[in-house]
Amino acid sequence: MTSQFILFSLLKVLCVFSVLMFIVGNAVWVERKVSAFIQDRRGPNRVGPFGLFQLIADAIKGFLKEDFTPGHVRKAYYWLAPAIVMVPSLLTVAIIPFGSLLGSQKMVIADLNVGILYTFGIVSLAVYGIVLAGYAARSKYPFLGSIRSSAQMISYEIAMGMSVVPLFLIACDPKGIRDLGNGWREAWQTFLAGTSSLNLSRLVAWQADHCWLIIYAPLSFGIFLAAMFAETNRLPFDLPESEQELAGGYNVEYSSMKFMLFFMGEYASMTVSAALLTTLFLGGWTLPIPGLDRPASTIPLGLLQIAVFLAKMLIVEFIIIWVRWMWPRFRYDQLMALGWRRFIPLALANILITAVALWIKPGH
Amino acid sequence: MSATFVMLAVLTVVSAVAVMLLRNLVHCALALAVTFAGLAGIYLQLNAQFVGFAQLLVYVGAVAILIVFAILLTRGREPPLQSVFSGSAIVGFGIAIVVFAVLATMTLSSRALGMEKPGEANASVAQIGEQLMTRYILPLEVAGLLLTVALIGAVIIAMRDKEPE
Repeated sequence: MTSQFILFSLLKVLCVFSVLMFIVGNAVWVERKVSAFIQDRRGPNRVGPFGLFQLIADAIKGFLKEDFTPGHVRKAYYWLAPAIVMVPSLLTVAIIPFGSLLGSQKMVIADLNVGILYTFGIVSLAVYGIVLAGYAARSKYPFLGSIRSSAQMISYEIAMGMSVVPLFLIACDPKGIRDLGNGWREAWQTFLAGTSSLNLSRLVAWQADHCWLIIYAPLSFGIFLAAMFAETNRLPFDLPESEQELAGGYNVEYSSMKFMLFFMGEYASMTVSAALLTTLFLGGWTLPIPGLDRPASTIPLGLLQIAVFLAKMLIVEFIIIWVRWMWPRFRYDQLMALGWRRFIPLALANILITAVALWIKPGH
Repeated sequence: MSATFVMLAVLTVVSAVAVMLLRNLVHCALALAVTFAGLAGIYLQLNAQFVGFAQLLVYVGAVAILIVFAILLTRGREPPLQSVFSGSAIVGFGIAIVVFAVLATMTLSSRALGMEKPGEANASVAQIGEQLMTRYILPLEVAGLLLTVALIGAVIIAMRDKEPE
């Protein structure tokens, strides 16, 4: 571990964190504007042009409000829960390849070989924050919210995990990158040197070589998308919060900055899910245009690829926001039946069918 | 022994002791989650990325959270504060010593102790998968069978409650 590695890693962490927080803040503004448009209202329009500075006003409000701790809560857990909600989404972003190369630096914070396993390992921790918040609050609504949430997140995690298995079956091509001439194969081979099959950059490489995985594995995409909504507690799966029944669910007892942390945690995990979806199904930072379909050789090209990634991610995020205001909420038994009786068998069948298809396919 | 190992070992052992000694069941379950996480950290520190994250995913993310969930659901608002030491301490010690003796004998008689330490242990997931599907297929299937039996058992136990109605 050289000092250069530490320096560049710190720099990447700082950049990714700032961009993530910027997106999180503005996603709130977009959410309010989109919801206003859908409901035929104006939305935030008082602070700055188009209400754009609403983000700053909200942040100041969060910091300046009294940080009230109700007397009946379990203090240690009450303090811990908002942090635990925030941390997993910040950790997951570490393995997302958000670009190819800038100079000789790979545009991913940690290029882990067990990439996708890391994601699911960390994502599974997010439920602790919500459970602790419900347990700490010592009152009924948060408790109900957290119980609902933990059951939901555990259920959909299984479907989500199984939905990505076919991707790695398909993309784990022993023949490797095809030779399309013009230094294509060499560029990819140097880029992927030292990585193994579960690495997310490999998945991006495969998609650049063939076609986006959304075409090859549409069923996986559907299951992953639905499970993603459930994992991030967004409508139509937002039962842990469901304002009308639980008055906000697990975060009822929280105020000021601690409440803001829950809020930011939700938007951060939404952003990271969008990034993950982009990487897994939508070709990551590549576009099927000459120059953008291989690791960048120049810095402007590298920056352009980061822009491509961000654009795809923001489109996905916009769709997540859009869905929230167009869909009604599931009933709780429907949610559980959907997860266990539909998605899990479907995901298992999907794995089986993909494996058999790859086995039969000539030349394999 | 590196500093990271010492930190992880202390974390694991202290939280494991807390699992046994704390009175509130919810605290015990959360301490158990920390123990599992500590173990995952030790695997990672040994460069076993696959095992480390699988441990995190399965034990911390599923097993421990299910325990917490079950306790929260079944115990109502406040779990009763019982003494952690049972009345029959001698029996407990006896059982503990016997279990430890069995585990220690099995560990000491293991062939792994005589093996040479591998230099760079950095197996890829593909290699692990290949080994599981060829050389270790029997242990894998036995484990699968055991888990299926446990699953069916759990379903039967859960079903029995509803019969009297």
